Amino acid sequence: MKQRKIRILIAKPGLDGHDRGAKVIAKFLQESGYEVIYTGLHQTPEQIVNAAVQEAVDAVGISVLSGSHNYVFTEVMRLMAEKGLGDVVVFGGGTIPEDDIPELKAAGVKALFRPGTPLEEVLRFMKENVG
Amino acid sequence: MDYVAEALNGSQLAGARLIRLLEEGDPAGVEALKKLYPHTGNAFILGLTGPPGAGKSTLTDRIIAEFRSRDLKVGVVAIDPSSPFSGGAILGDRVRMQRHATDPGVFVRSMATRGHLGGLSRTTGEAVLVLDAMGYDVILIETVGVGQDEVEVVDLAHTTAVVALPGMGDDIQAMKAGILEIGDLFIVNKADKPGADDVVKQLTVMLEMRAGSADGWQPRVLKTVAVKGEGIADTVNAFLEHRAHLERTGALAERVAERELRFFRELVKEMAADLIFGSFQGSGAYADLVERLKARQVDPYSAAETLLAGFSCRAT
Ligand SMILES: Nc1nc2c(ncn2[C@@H]2O[C@H](COP(=O)(O)OP(=O)(O)O)[C@@H](O)[C@H]2O)c(=O)[nH]1
Ligand SMILES: [Mg+2]
Repeated sequence: MKQRKIRILIAKPGLDGHDRGAKVIAKFLQESGYEVIYTGLHQTPEQIVNAAVQEAVDAVGISVLSGSHNYVFTEVMRLMAEKGLGDVVVFGGGTIPEDDIPELKAAGVKALFRPGTPLEEVLRFMKENVG
Repeated sequence: MDYVAEALNGSQLAGARLIRLLEEGDPAGVEALKKLYPHTGNAFILGLTGPPGAGKSTLTDRIIAEFRSRDLKVGVVAIDPSSPFSGGAILGDRVRMQRHATDPGVFVRSMATRGHLGGLSRTTGEAVLVLDAMGYDVILIETVGVGQDEVEVVDLAHTTAVVALPGMGDDIQAMKAGILEIGDLFIVNKADKPGADDVVKQLTVMLEMRAGSADGWQPRVLKTVAVKGEGIADTVNAFLEHRAHLERTGALAERVAERELRFFRELVKEMAADLIFGSFQGSGAYADLVERLKARQVDPYSAAETLLAGFSCRAT
């Protein structure tokens, strides 16, 4: 019997210890029927991408607060391509300045959710882009 | 991409995608498994069970590090429950093991139970086979850890460790029922907390009363502080001693043979049912029989006999 479940990795890079946003999203996605693999705090891009490889996920969500978003996302995108995960959807959330968003999207990040984004919008994005 | 060849070459990407296919019940996964099978049977398979919060994931992290320091490659399958309401899951065991994510000698795969009972997911055994074929020397299985019925891991693992913790006094008594019989090793974790020695004593007494296992192994009780890495080397030594014991006594070969036979019989049952029901697809006689059964005009025993009689006529 075939049963396809969507698997999503949620990661929190950076030095700060605030993973509330990441946990809210993880819980919400679980309640929406997704399998969420949570990696916890202080993740480097390499740890995030290797976990995505091992867990064979459909999407990777990264929560940033620290202002290191440009580095984290470009490095994650580079490593994903290098390791054969070009077809995995990457999205982000957190305090990302409006001005930086076009550049991140050009690098391949599919969506960036800023604080206060309604969760239904995240769900709609998942349904449309991941499944 | 040829997943089989790549996985045998050690590609984590290929191995992960194969496990995903198997988890989804894709026939391509089974075809791949047939090709991987001759390359399996080399790994030492360890099961870790015990109540949620006992420290299984933290212990797993430390045990990985200890095996790595002995130059062994480690695969992990960590199982967490699916929500019965949404079907979703949060798989958080990795959080404690993420420092190994950049070590190519370690492969951690999280799995959700997806409604399967018994402490594992339906495809845990298949994931273990993939990791085995990929050349991981040791494979650790972390069970869900919710109830007393987590005995399925024993079928799969060569060595099963039960994790307990201080302050479990009454729970230890309750554990007697199922869990006490399945442990080859008992790990009292969180030994930095008061009461660890009491639990060690209780377990030791209860294990002395337990009939020794058929192969003559006397279960061991160990103390650990997983967060500090204390007692881990002893734990790994005990794992290896049990493994050596199984090999010396021939019990390992016996366990493996039993498992293969059990799994084969399960498969035959599943495939036979598919074959039989499939052969009656669209049959009027079958539809009639089902209608009579639903109306309680025929009892289920006679109905099943009628069906099988009809099937054997067709088959010959
Ligand atoms: N005090 C103490 N806490 C521990 C020890 N081992 C694990 N923990 C903590 O117990 C909690 C649950 O650990 P976890 O490994 O996730 O347990 P699991 O649910 O059995 O996998 C975590 O907060 C750990 O930090 C230990 O030896 N001593
Ligand atoms: Mg755990």
